[in-house]
Amino acid sequence: MATEILMPALSPTMEEGTLAKWLVKEGDNVKSGDIIAEIETDKATMEFEAVDEGILGKILIAEGSQGVKVNTPIAVLVEEGESVDAAPAPKTEAAPAEARAEAPAAPAQAAAPAPAPVADLSPDWPEGTPMKTMTVREALREAMEEEMNRDETVFLMGEEVGEYQGAYKISQGLLDKFGPRRVVDTPISEIGFAGIGTGAAMAGLRPIVEFMTFNFAMQAIDHIINSAAKTLYMSGGQMGCPIVFRGPNGAAARVAAQHSQDYAAWYAQIPGLKVVMPYSAADAKGLLKQAIRDPNPVIFLENEILYGRSFEVPDLEDFTIPFGKARIVRPGKDVTLVSFGIGMAHALEAAEKLAAEGIEAEVIDLRTLRPIDYGTLIESVKRTNRCVTVEEGFPVASIGNHLSAYIMENAFDYLDAPVINCTGKDVPMPYAANLEKHALITADEVVAAVKKVTYR
Amino acid sequence: MVRKPAAKQSTPNVSKDELLKYYRDMLLIRRFEEKAGQLYGMGLIGGFCHLYIGQEAVVVGLESIAKEGDKRITSYRDHGHMLACGMEARGVMAELTGRIGGYSKGKGGSMHMFSREKHFYGGHGIVAAQVPLGAGLAFADKYLGNDNVTFVYFGDGASNQGQVYETYNMAELWELPVVFVIENNQYAMGTSMKRSTKSTTLFGRGESFGIKGEQVDGMDVLAVRAAGEKAVAHCRAGKGPYILEVMTYRYRGHSMSDPAKYRTREEVQKMRDERDAIEHVRELLLQGQHASEEDLKAIDKEIKDIVNDSAEFAKESPEPPLEELWTDIYAKEVPQGGAEANA
Repeated sequence: MATEILMPALSPTMEEGTLAKWLVKEGDNVKSGDIIAEIETDKATMEFEAVDEGILGKILIAEGSQGVKVNTPIAVLVEEGESVDAAPAPKTEAAPAEARAEAPAAPAQAAAPAPAPVADLSPDWPEGTPMKTMTVREALREAMEEEMNRDETVFLMGEEVGEYQGAYKISQGLLDKFGPRRVVDTPISEIGFAGIGTGAAMAGLRPIVEFMTFNFAMQAIDHIINSAAKTLYMSGGQMGCPIVFRGPNGAAARVAAQHSQDYAAWYAQIPGLKVVMPYSAADAKGLLKQAIRDPNPVIFLENEILYGRSFEVPDLEDFTIPFGKARIVRPGKDVTLVSFGIGMAHALEAAEKLAAEGIEAEVIDLRTLRPIDYGTLIESVKRTNRCVTVEEGFPVASIGNHLSAYIMENAFDYLDAPVINCTGKDVPMPYAANLEKHALITADEVVAAVKKVTYR
Repeated sequence: MVRKPAAKQSTPNVSKDELLKYYRDMLLIRRFEEKAGQLYGMGLIGGFCHLYIGQEAVVVGLESIAKEGDKRITSYRDHGHMLACGMEARGVMAELTGRIGGYSKGKGGSMHMFSREKHFYGGHGIVAAQVPLGAGLAFADKYLGNDNVTFVYFGDGASNQGQVYETYNMAELWELPVVFVIENNQYAMGTSMKRSTKSTTLFGRGESFGIKGEQVDGMDVLAVRAAGEKAVAHCRAGKGPYILEVMTYRYRGHSMSDPAKYRTREEVQKMRDERDAIEHVRELLLQGQHASEEDLKAIDKEIKDIVNDSAEFAKESPEPPLEELWTDIYAKEVPQGGAEANA
């Protein structure tokens, strides 16, 4: 039977092209793979190969023709002894390109199908639970130890996590307890071990990948985003990636620009990731245990300065804190201060100072940045009518920017003042002690912002 | 460059059934890819589409020695690998057309397909990303204490990415059961090997990490199989990774929009005429009187029917419903299922 040869699309964007040259003539025998024509696309001149075998019965589009639409019949192949008239009448194949264009281009608004979020104000552990004092460092170590006891597929890998006992001593003692099979010292190869960890997660293990700091995860960010976060979606739900990437994030002290950066806003932007940034030791423990059990890739952003701070932690055999549940750390009626991670230290210090001046600030710790507990935030803003966001990261495209936009869309009529974002300064972190202090967010700046929104 | 055909003189240690299987598997890939190219030309397949035509013997030779439980992972030139490990032509083609019947429900496309059932871990669009990921699959097998092996396929182009060497180092350090298969088709997109490195071999780069390896004639499926057997035995014995640099050739452009000005038409034609892997097996079958012209015609017909059926399926399968935009972003539990959804 005669077969039509159609004008091919030779690039993702080609809609029409020029049939520059025929390399075969009518009556020629054509084999699959033979180059039969040269076609100019919007990008280049391409050789066009035959797919089917046969005799070139008729050329329908002469060489030199411009603006030949994709899918136009350009020639007819016939079998031996067959006439060109046997060619089927040209019919238009259901034009898929158009069909695609008709597919509703989902407007950005459609991206918020979630119903109005409701605040979850339930306590994280039962009333009357005995408490013990421990540092964030101890809480993180306990979380890993408990989860490694609970699940044989959980293992820790990273630089200096084993024999050195952890660059920041978070994994102290774990090698002795679990051995080198489950506490794996790696060479200094961030992209390599991030990829190996991600592959191991795809194959059913539950890796905890420690970055000595998140600054070094820049070397590995391709695997975090392109390999870990997107695979479930790209596989139509077949291939999961239960992995935790954890380590200190943000500025330490006097380590300058390459070692002092807050990545909260970077990772919070990526669908497929969950992002956690705890402040207290109890949250660090409960959220890390939750992260290890989560079937998705989780970014767990710690802070070197907080490692040594002590908090009250529930003395329970097992407790976790769900993602997407903020905590009202300090209730107040005059302004909402919303923060996360070390930003909470500045927010709480500011609230203390404000209280001395008779301003009662409500302080909310978001705890997780993906998902974000919008419900608790919006309900608070509806009560206080004012909001200041507090974070250490850079000001442009910050978490605070996002929260401001969300509040504007969902609680505009309740606002008595514009939302102010307190952030780190828009500069690489300087080394000099005095400059570093000025680059970071301070409680005094938060106090000043609150006075502005309360018109004091 | 590729050496002269080695297996012309004799057909050692290969049965008629094996030869027929290799012929059939390679032909399926070629006809499938030709059809994919055709559907691309008709606008039914969009975006990037990288065809495997010319390289069929590599994956067919290595799949012939894989056992249940072995894993495989590759780059974006992945259609051949999926067909060779037993994934359905329909599901692959329907993914190419972006339809719900595709392996990823139309959400992955040509470069991103997976099958947990067939232990096929993608389909990766970032050059060389699959190398540490594949070593991670092998890490899991070693951790779990089984004797599975992972085949990690990547090209001569990927061989110049740094993460390959971080992976070599850790794979040998931890003795991971992984076969690194470098499909050296001699062009990283448009850059020939001699324009990208002064190394004369790519497998040789493993030596500095202590990894054994060798170069293999990738246009001879029997040579690939023999080398693969050696590599897999090394891995299963717990001796760590092995590198196979398989010398092959891609007949088509890097992707569909490649004008291929970096090599001559004659060079491509010469490979097709003198070194074609499918022709080679066809000759072995005919010379050894394992099959007649008629038998082979019948196989051709059978393959054509499978491919045409897959194309029909891929055209008729509906586009994914809009709800699919919002599914599979987060898992409620770790997926354990196979590819049943694609049946």
